[in-house]
Amino acid sequence: METNLPAEYYQLLEELQAVDFVLVELTLYLDTHPNDTASIQQFNHYAQERKKLKKAIESKYGPMQQYGNSYSGTPWDWNKAPWPWQV
Amino acid sequence: MKYVKSYVPYHSPFDPCPPIGKKYYRTPPHLYMTFQPYNLPQFSPQEALKKGTLWPALYDYYENPYDRRS
Amino acid sequence: MWIYEKKLQYPVKVSTCNPRLAKFLVEQYGGADGELAAALRYLNQRYTIPDKVIGLLTDIGTEEFAHLEMIATMIYKLTKDATPQQMRDAGLDAHYANHDSALFYHNADGVPFTAAYIQAKGDPIADLYEDIAAEEKARATYQWLIDMSDDPDLNDGLRFLREREIIHSLRFREAVEILKQERDQKVFF
Ligand SMILES: [Fe+2]
Repeated sequence: METNLPAEYYQLLEELQAVDFVLVELTLYLDTHPNDTASIQQFNHYAQERKKLKKAIESKYGPMQQYGNSYSGTPWDWNKAPWPWQV
Repeated sequence: MKYVKSYVPYHSPFDPCPPIGKKYYRTPPHLYMTFQPYNLPQFSPQEALKKGTLWPALYDYYENPYDRRS
Repeated sequence: MWIYEKKLQYPVKVSTCNPRLAKFLVEQYGGADGELAAALRYLNQRYTIPDKVIGLLTDIGTEEFAHLEMIATMIYKLTKDATPQQMRDAGLDAHYANHDSALFYHNADGVPFTAAYIQAKGDPIADLYEDIAAEEKARATYQWLIDMSDDPDLNDGLRFLREREIIHSLRFREAVEILKQERDQKVFF
């Protein structure tokens, strides 16, 4: 299926990728530094950021996760292309 | 560059390829850090994603160190 | 359980239709030090290691699956729409005969993936040293791949993956330090 996604999609996606990357880095770091309270604060801050970004993307481009971690539109929109390797 | 090391392999007159010169290897920053200290300076999220790490102290840009020869 | 998220960890791009690059990239897909081996190695070790480092093994193991998806995406993009002729010219004739352009878990020499790549000794120190070595070997593989590739967009993604191996290696080293500590004693910085 060919859909031309708007430039905004790639921009929003990259914003989420950036925030999620910070969260991955801090997750691994906190796994070995469980008492670093400043980093825990930063982690929680970005965890909130990612919630907002996920919502913004999903409202326009459909669910990012399933098994109930995202709401579904009607009809069921999880199977809708494109998939990550296709964009 | 601090994290790039090299050595010159022995070259025999009977080796058919011209000498490559230096042979390179890497000793990236994590080898000098047994345990990451608290409060290291950070990249911005966008920059961290581009670089592959949140911390400049652990960033090691890699480029092919050899000449192109065909 | 695991939840899939419909996005790549890093935006993967390739500049040219070049199946030849896919031929050696597959080393990190189904090779001994590849991303599949890494993910399976760490997740499997979790059952026989002190609780303190199970979280780390879970999280790095999970990230490795994201890297596997990035490698798959690179191979997919490099071979997508390539004609049989192009596949043959790229030295992928044997692959095409067996798989068309389907991805397959094998290394750059075509050797199928095997569980023998994944060590599990049950000794926490032996296993963590194994993991550190695996990360350094993956880092080296990414270096050799970057050395051979002239695709700037592909190299951008490969550099990201190489840097991740550096971070993973450091975290495993820290895990060793944590296991060396006396019980309940805080790691001193
Ligand atoms: Fe890794």
